[in-house]
Amino acid sequence: MSIKRQLVVPAKHDQLAKLALFVATGAEEVGFDDGEVNRIELAVDEACSNIIDHAYAGSVGYIQLEIEIEPDRSLTIVLLDQGQPFNPESVPVFEPCQSLDQMRIGGLGLHLMRQAMDDVCFEFGVPGMGNRLTMVKNL
Amino acid sequence: MLLKSTPMDISVKPLRQVDIVSVSGRIDSATASEFDNALKGLLERGRKRIVLDYTKLDYISSAGLRAMLSGLKAAKNGGGNVVLVNVNTRIADTLNLVGFHSLFLQFTDLVDAVDSF
Repeated sequence: MSIKRQLVVPAKHDQLAKLALFVATGAEEVGFDDGEVNRIELAVDEACSNIIDHAYAGSVGYIQLEIEIEPDRSLTIVLLDQGQPFNPESVPVFEPCQSLDQMRIGGLGLHLMRQAMDDVCFEFGVPGMGNRLTMVKNL
Repeated sequence: MLLKSTPMDISVKPLRQVDIVSVSGRIDSATASEFDNALKGLLERGRKRIVLDYTKLDYISSAGLRAMLSGLKAAKNGGGNVVLVNVNTRIADTLNLVGFHSLFLQFTDLVDAVDSF
């Protein structure tokens, strides 16, 4: 049987640690090991930083975080905001490489989200919801 | 192990030619600018041989990774370097995800890290 929880916080950087702890607790309940919990925290941190920096871009707003815990199976994370739509296709693709000179840092956050999670789905202008990001990690 | 959400703390220990920057807690978007400023402050004063002591660092996000990369580029451009000591498995995994493990020399002993310069 799945467990659902929700957290709503102001879209501010000082809330990131609280959001991370909320998600990490759920990830541990699913059964993820410490390394995977860290990756899930990273994905949520990067997604929320994007909402704060790009969707709201300094204006007042809220982030709604919903998690669905399926013990021994999966963690589903849904992030909702009412900021400006963020087009992930407009962000350059980050490509890890060996050379310091060639290393370009654009797209790093999205890269980490996609590396960390099994599914990452952006939806914009969802009626009654705003922007919705759904991320799933299977055990 | 679930880690408490600890704030970041930075201390800088200047040696004759090398600076040891010890960071504890979390480097995320809320704290990365302080970390970035600490590195830039050293580099702007010509202190370009930096050991990042991550013994007590619990977490780093892309905001912190950007500051690390910026610091490394500036240090190398000036003939110096930024090296890491005592990187735990969580931080090491994050560095591996973005290919940073091949950019930064890593040590498990602080003396070895300082002696690398």
